[in-house]
Amino acid sequence: MELNARIPAGPIEQKWDRHRFEMKLVNPANKRKFDVIVVGTGLAGAAAAATMGELGYRVRAFTFHDSPRRAHSIAAQGGINAAKNYQGDGDSVFRLFHDTVKGGDFRSREANVYRLAQLSLNIIDQAVAQGVPFAREYGGLLANRSFGGAQVSRTFYARGQTGQQLLLGAYQALQRQIHAGAVEMHTRQEMLDVVVADGRARGIVTRDLLTGKVESHSADAVVLATGGYSNVFFLSTNAKLCNVTATWRAHKRGAGFANPCFTQIHPTCIPQSGEYQSKLTLMSESLRNDGRIWVPKAKGDKRPAHQIPDDERDYYLERLYPSFGNLTPRDIASRRAKEMVDAGHGIGPMENGVYLDFRDAIRRMGKEAVSERYGNLFAMYEKITGDDPYEVPMRIYPAPHYTMGGLWVDYNLMSTVPGLFVIGEANFSDHGANRLGASALMQGLADGYFVIPLTIGDYLSQLPDGNGDAAAAFKDVEKEVRDRTDRLLSARGSRTVDSFHMELGRLMWDLCGMERTEEGLKDALERIPKLREEFWREVRVPGSGESFNQSLEKAGRVADFLEFAELMCHDALQRDESCGAHYRREHTTEEGEAKRNDEEFTHVSVWEHRGGDEAPREHREELDFEHVPLSQRSYK
Amino acid sequence: MRLTLHVWRQSDARDPGRFETYEANDISESMSFLDMLDLVNERLTEDGKEPIAFDHDCREGICGSCGMMINGVPHGPKTMTTACQLHMRSFSDGDEIWIEPWRAQAFPVIRDLVVSRDPFDRIIESGGYVSVRTGSAPDAHTIPVEKQAADEAMDAAVCIGCGACVAACPNASAMLFTAAKVAHLALMPQGAPERYDRVLSMVETHDEEGFGNCTNHGACEVACPKGISVDYIAQLNRDLFRATLSSRPANEAKE
Ligand SMILES: Cc1cc2nc3c(=O)[nH]c(=O)nc-3n(C[C@H](O)[C@H](O)[C@H](O)COP(=O)(O)OP(=O)(O)OC[C@H]3O[C@@H](n4cnc5c(N)ncnc54)[C@H](O)[C@@H]3O)c2cc1C
Ligand code: FES
Repeated sequence: MELNARIPAGPIEQKWDRHRFEMKLVNPANKRKFDVIVVGTGLAGAAAAATMGELGYRVRAFTFHDSPRRAHSIAAQGGINAAKNYQGDGDSVFRLFHDTVKGGDFRSREANVYRLAQLSLNIIDQAVAQGVPFAREYGGLLANRSFGGAQVSRTFYARGQTGQQLLLGAYQALQRQIHAGAVEMHTRQEMLDVVVADGRARGIVTRDLLTGKVESHSADAVVLATGGYSNVFFLSTNAKLCNVTATWRAHKRGAGFANPCFTQIHPTCIPQSGEYQSKLTLMSESLRNDGRIWVPKAKGDKRPAHQIPDDERDYYLERLYPSFGNLTPRDIASRRAKEMVDAGHGIGPMENGVYLDFRDAIRRMGKEAVSERYGNLFAMYEKITGDDPYEVPMRIYPAPHYTMGGLWVDYNLMSTVPGLFVIGEANFSDHGANRLGASALMQGLADGYFVIPLTIGDYLSQLPDGNGDAAAAFKDVEKEVRDRTDRLLSARGSRTVDSFHMELGRLMWDLCGMERTEEGLKDALERIPKLREEFWREVRVPGSGESFNQSLEKAGRVADFLEFAELMCHDALQRDESCGAHYRREHTTEEGEAKRNDEEFTHVSVWEHRGGDEAPREHREELDFEHVPLSQRSYK
Repeated sequence: MRLTLHVWRQSDARDPGRFETYEANDISESMSFLDMLDLVNERLTEDGKEPIAFDHDCREGICGSCGMMINGVPHGPKTMTTACQLHMRSFSDGDEIWIEPWRAQAFPVIRDLVVSRDPFDRIIESGGYVSVRTGSAPDAHTIPVEKQAADEAMDAAVCIGCGACVAACPNASAMLFTAAKVAHLALMPQGAPERYDRVLSMVETHDEEGFGNCTNHGACEVACPKGISVDYIAQLNRDLFRATLSSRPANEAKE
């Protein structure tokens, strides 16, 4: 497996410009001759499909949703970053670049991050031109907020529904291209494999979720925009249908998987309330601006919060981090909460949370002011828990939220399989070992609107004439897909798909979640193959393969999670350091923080699938930090 | 708590369909309505039966996937709440609950509680956008937008496309859905140039797709989990009136 990042030469601020000039162009008349497949119509995919259609490529887009208006992207609440410096508070492209590299704990590629910061400017222009109703100030100009501990206000937002409004903007642009005949849309179609022939991606094989029909689709290039894999933990803040299938199957066909163990945990989610809960709900991070986090000093203290006097409360973040207090970064706030709960200080009916208390904020600024800032969040919290946060402190606990890992891509966003491109959360991305708040929407849209539509031309313009015949390859893959479906249906065991998914999720959370150890990871690597074996023997998938069958859809996805989970643990084990969201207990500073090992681990780990019983093989892309000097984080 | 569910089961569009009754035991108050259905499905599967099909994804009331009639009311008894955000504490031990798919000619049943809402996409396709090329946008601050206009546009733009408005309407009209998009774009200066062509083609598509006419019942507003106001329909009608007076055929204007 060759890893050539193809970073353009020249000063960092000129790389993208130069690259745009040096890339080969496809002349407009020839664009019609190229077929491009886009899998996934979330922010990244919808933006890419619409733009490539507009440029003249023949585009086919696929989603397993019933409409491209629905994708996980729609749930993003907080906002989107851009270095517009509309507030005049000292922001710049360089500062956004710098913050992203540092926030990612020095495990991302500088050239890509710089381009992302540059393109952030265009995204806001594009979205505004589409009519996205961003929040405005009284003078009619765009409003900003500061987010996730950033020192400048660079986050643009549309109430608490930024993801929704940006996705609808991209969706509408896509519908316009469908209307114009430039994009052919395939809804309720699940991609189940990539077809590679003569060393290049040649198309995909899908299953029609309504009829069960397995079909081949050939193209000159394939773009995956299929999102992240947080649902490997079963319980996460991701939409229920998010899964790893598309990227995992591509990995098995030769695409390197980069840093799969980099998964982000979000500190402010509503704790699990029962055994049968299906997903976790995120509460906006902004709540930490005014809420105070605490647990009772006494273990197992069952008194209601208001009966616990102040001197019996431990405001542990304020105690441990006097200067940042409740605003310490996501990973630190998460780990400290877990430690408190593990040590027996957990609160709530299941003793699985910590308090986020607005009592003092209400005393200080009055109920009305609190309600103005957080009213909708409080209402949502009450809807879910039945508790009124004005009276009773909120209960929160960390939950899996975002995956920085993904398929490895070069500067052109092409994977190690020529002709297979990966955009949005699905690629290993620009966020290194930890993503900053409001940066995922930015990356998905930069990839989709501005990068892929140009870089794909560089590949297509150099395709040799007369593509070799790939019919045989398609036939083989179709057969593999059908056989797999048949195997799932014919196991006829005694356990439901969800019961396996829950078991895997618990295992991953315990052993490869917020905190990892060599011992735990080795244990996971022993247990996952056994669980997978049991799955194939004992799973029960009712119904048939020739109709709408949600159990079958789930079964295929869980089968892939059961393979992927093992790779995640290999990666976490091999990365014998702590960095960003990846925390290995063995590597802790004296102050109890994550301890990086730059000597040995300033690289991207890219895994090659070898099949059978062979362990995956690791390859490395070394990272250079020329513009943001390596430094240790400190939040004391 | 212990509940009795009467659930619409229909294997595909050709099957006439029927209610089937299931006992749901050990349901806790903290469960969401969909968690409850998940649990029922787990038990059905364990008993060798086919689980109930229903669309869902975000389970946070934002993607618009979930949608079902619960005791004859779209998304169930709580206002401003989607089925996925409804919690079982809204029900009591011993309750009987009737669960059905959206009923509308334009939304054929795919299976059980799952319907096709493709016509919504075709309404948007016919004009629910601003015709702007990627990369050709001016700086975002070139055109200031009055805060009030932006806020009102947002009030309309919050539509999640779930279809509750259609299910609630005695005429199965999708006017609230259509009007919300027309209003969102008409209120923003960026959407203004295409304002009248847009309303003509979107309403034309709405009618072609087999949705009924709006006769001002207002049931849609009550059912809308996002609280979108019927005032937007009045606004659509005003725009439609002006657009028709100018009598340019929609398609000709488009070219
Ligand atoms: C609760 C929550 C809040 C968030 N808030 C923010 C925020 O405020 N700011 C921010 O920047 N980020 C936020 N994020 C992160 C951000 O929303 C996501 O990272 C981003 O939207 C991912 O976009 P995407 O286009 O890459 O993928 P997705 O939106 O996940 O889209 C994936 C698409 O691929 C399709 N697909 C997947 N697999 C297949 C297959 N096999 N076959 C066919 N189709 C397939 C799906 O149907 C879907 O269309 C938040 C995330 C969560 C969970
Ligand atoms: S599942 Fe998304 S709105 Fe209910």
